[in-house]
Amino acid sequence: MEQKSISDLLDAEIKVVNVGLEGFAAELSAAGVPVIHVEWSPPAGGDPELADLLSKLGA
Amino acid sequence: MQLIEDANKEALRRILEGDPVLIDVVPAGQVIPALGERVLLHAGPPIEWERMCGPMRGAIAGAIVFEGWAADLEEATALAARGEIAFHPNHHFDAVGPMTGMTTQSMPVFVVENRRFGNRAYCTINEGLGKVMRFGGNDASVLKRLAWLRDVFGPALGEAIRSVGGIALKGLVARGLAMGDEMHQRNVACTSLFLREIAPALARTSRDSERLAEVFAFLGSNDQFFLNIAMAMGKAIMDPVRGIAGSSIVTAMCRNGTDFGIRVSGTGDTWFVAPVEMPQGLYFPGFSAADANPDMGDSTIVETIGLGGFAMAASPAVAGFVGAGSASSAALYTKAMGEITIGENPEWTIPALDFAGVPTGIDVRLVVDSGITPVINTGIAHKEPGIGQVGAGVVRAPIACFEQAVRALAEKLGGVA
Repeated sequence: MEQKSISDLLDAEIKVVNVGLEGFAAELSAAGVPVIHVEWSPPAGGDPELADLLSKLGA
Repeated sequence: MQLIEDANKEALRRILEGDPVLIDVVPAGQVIPALGERVLLHAGPPIEWERMCGPMRGAIAGAIVFEGWAADLEEATALAARGEIAFHPNHHFDAVGPMTGMTTQSMPVFVVENRRFGNRAYCTINEGLGKVMRFGGNDASVLKRLAWLRDVFGPALGEAIRSVGGIALKGLVARGLAMGDEMHQRNVACTSLFLREIAPALARTSRDSERLAEVFAFLGSNDQFFLNIAMAMGKAIMDPVRGIAGSSIVTAMCRNGTDFGIRVSGTGDTWFVAPVEMPQGLYFPGFSAADANPDMGDSTIVETIGLGGFAMAASPAVAGFVGAGSASSAALYTKAMGEITIGENPEWTIPALDFAGVPTGIDVRLVVDSGITPVINTGIAHKEPGIGQVGAGVVRAPIACFEQAVRALAEKLGGVA
């Protein structure tokens, strides 16, 4: 199987799916790069204690 | 956890089976016995005088003069500051009130009965736009209008409503949604439908055609008239949902201009409170964010039942009015609220979403897990009392309230925490 290098990837048209921080998507979009933004944040805002509680409460 | 799932199923059942009917308009003291001399109900969770915002203090001073407990605003303010007025949240007495939410003994209130569960809820009459007490207004023009509502409008409307045996609200709201209302910042359709329904009864029970004309003119000139009826309806629907062991469903959201508070079914009547946020929106000409007061009012009870910001998709005009973006983006708000609710209301549907029901039953677990907080359509008050509404916008419920609720629910369920 042909091994593609990272430079090959960047030679082609770039299509981006951005997850999380919307600022990255906005920057790419402003530079004319097609980008789809997916809103995502870590469960319970990244608070491990709260995330653990939520999991016990069945969320 | 099965206990929570079963409890939430029961909570949703009670919300959807609610059958709110507007049955009367009476002086608040007649249906809320605790409303005696020098007792005043306000919007939001409990708060003491020292922490109240400008419009709340202004409205309180006006309400004190209106009830004759002080001769003027200065004396009224001193009375309140000395702790000689008892303040309580509307929510503690089956009531709700918009913005500052003033309710005192002689103010007329709508009485909405939930005929499925037998409980009743109350809300004062919407005063219209401009200088009004709900925005902290307290001058002679404000008190004169309140006196007219007490002496003329309230009794006339109460008699008309009683004469027809009440007005069922669920169907009326369903039609309003189809006509572009979301029942928080747009009520023009429901106000018009209400006027159509009550007009013959008002005409039949009136003994003075000039007064009847005044009543019609007041009703017809206030697009937001129905909001206060929708609020009493929301309270009447949600109160039977309180106190279901294990349920993580929100039963009330409200704000007093300083704090935002929520109540959750499985944690009884405990308030989970956090600093209220500033609405993001559009301002009337001549005003800006520098003039704005933080968010206030019990009107978030309409979001609690799936209307207002939750039903944004039904009301593209509101999305523009509150600065929420394009008409098409209105649907995104409603869809996002679907992420934090456990069901839809099949009787309240949104044409633009292929008649999907409004998102119903806010689950504090889903809010904290997703980080998506309830969206609220709101009026923006000037931070100084007496100036009134300066804009309209969108505000988010602070996530800290929901985090506290999750922790309290876990503790209540024992062993989980």
